[in-house]
Amino acid sequence: MKKWLSIAVIGLSLALIPQMSLAQKKMIQVKGSDTMVNLVQILAEEYMARSPKQALAVLGGGSGTGVSALINGTCDIADHSREWKQKEIEQAWEKGVKPRFFIIAVDGLSIIVNERNPIEKLTMAELGAIYRGEVKNWKVVGGPDKPISLYGRQSNSGTYVFMQEHVLGNKNYSMDMKEMNGNAQIIEGILQDENGVGYVGVGYLFDSSGNVRKGLKVLKVAKDANSPAYSPLDKTSVDSGRYPVARPLFQATNGKPSPAVADFIMFETGPEGQKIVEREGFFTIGAAHRESNEKNLR
Amino acid sequence: MSVRDVMKKRRTSRLKESAIKAFFFANGVIAILVLIGVFGLLLSTAIPAFREINILEFIGSKKWDPTSPEKAEYGILSMIVSTLMVTTGALAIAIPVGIGVAAYLSDVAHWRVREILKPIIEILAGIPSVVVGFLGIVLFGPVIAKLFHTSNGLNAANGSFLLAIMALPTIISISEDSLTTVPLAYTEASLALGASRWQTLVRVKIPAALSGIIASCMLGMGRAIGETMTVLMATGNARAFPHGFLDSIRTMTANIAIELGEVPYYTTHYYALFAIGLVLFIMTFVVNLIADIVLHKFQEREL
Repeated sequence: MKKWLSIAVIGLSLALIPQMSLAQKKMIQVKGSDTMVNLVQILAEEYMARSPKQALAVLGGGSGTGVSALINGTCDIADHSREWKQKEIEQAWEKGVKPRFFIIAVDGLSIIVNERNPIEKLTMAELGAIYRGEVKNWKVVGGPDKPISLYGRQSNSGTYVFMQEHVLGNKNYSMDMKEMNGNAQIIEGILQDENGVGYVGVGYLFDSSGNVRKGLKVLKVAKDANSPAYSPLDKTSVDSGRYPVARPLFQATNGKPSPAVADFIMFETGPEGQKIVEREGFFTIGAAHRESNEKNLR
Repeated sequence: MSVRDVMKKRRTSRLKESAIKAFFFANGVIAILVLIGVFGLLLSTAIPAFREINILEFIGSKKWDPTSPEKAEYGILSMIVSTLMVTTGALAIAIPVGIGVAAYLSDVAHWRVREILKPIIEILAGIPSVVVGFLGIVLFGPVIAKLFHTSNGLNAANGSFLLAIMALPTIISISEDSLTTVPLAYTEASLALGASRWQTLVRVKIPAALSGIIASCMLGMGRAIGETMTVLMATGNARAFPHGFLDSIRTMTANIAIELGEVPYYTTHYYALFAIGLVLFIMTFVVNLIADIVLHKFQEREL
């Protein structure tokens, strides 16, 4: 009897799946960067509150996932926190997908440690050496005599690739790095690991009241040993480009965006959207980015 | 009733019978076809990987880094060892505990306790693996870190522990069933010969139910070896070769799950991921085969 009941339930839910996907057809599908998924989700909610006719579905999965979804035609907008790789652009052209890029926010990629770690700042060179696995003890970079426990993202993450290109100097990550399934898990790990170091998007640092989450310490990063170190929490130093690991957050569409998609992107990059971007802890886009966005909308 | 009516009735019932036979035959054939289909697909997608990867290097190298900007490496030894480690660890915990609980439920517990406990244990099997993985991150991880004085608990020990929890309901439920189905006459005969209840349980009932118990352990192992989300969340996924249960590990399933989502189709990396799946498939197949042989040996001895 119980068995029949469960079979009936499974059968019923299987029967419902096609109808659900049918209902989603009119939606704008957004997919990609895990760093951006919360931000874009909130932007989409606010947008839907304003224009209730348009539905949006926002999914994470990582920049790589979003890019390949756009190439395979399973989403309308791809979120990505790194630039497209040459290979991806070639693949897109092969399939007749002509990506156009929009910059919707700027992220100060934040290097975090546990608050019990006395270290305050690192240089880019030190950071690279730590993540390449060349430096294995906090003592070497001016910390306590304790082994460094590395936390990072998985290879489908734009943040993973951005770090590899801009901080590791295009070298391999240490094999000892724990590869976590998203920003939130890195934070969870660092909160419990006194010797841990991790990297997350700046939007993930804050709790609901807008303060940096308790137990975390955000490190200042210096370009080299001779230059001063800046914090990603300081808006002016990210805006001015003095914080060395800042990066634009992109969205890509296949060719010229459809009117519905264009309207959403205009909302995101417009004053209302940018206010949300700022509220979520990211940084607003500058004039140069705005100009290229407008060009790509046409 | 005329003769003709009887004949007609017989004919329809024969027709019905052969229809039912055909239906069950078709079901059996479908199961086999699906298996062959899966294996064929796996094989045909995995083999192109070895156009560019040396098969010995694939199995024997400890370095896996297909997206490396320096040199792509395809060695899965660390992952094979990691998978075997968590699975053995999980079984080392789950089998003694599972059989113990099953014996308690079938022989010691009051029937009312059993009626309450057994459904609860079976519900345990329904906990989604993400939830178990989350428990691993926020609950067991910190406990393990504290117990072993490591800085974090994202390691093979954590994974083993969680997988043991996931394998337990299967092991307990099926072992208990097979212990209960041991004929009462066995127990009565043993007790009548002056054996204590403990002796009866260990020397008579458990051997008599052994095929069921082994089958339950194998099913539990199947659950553990193929589990993905839990180990993905709780073991840290470091690619380095593990040197102990306190090292962070990356299992074969976790690696496929991490990388298949973003891999460009029809590249060496893509094929290599399927090759990992093939290796995993062969491993579980061998385990099942061994279990089958062992089971037959035991059944022969019983006769």
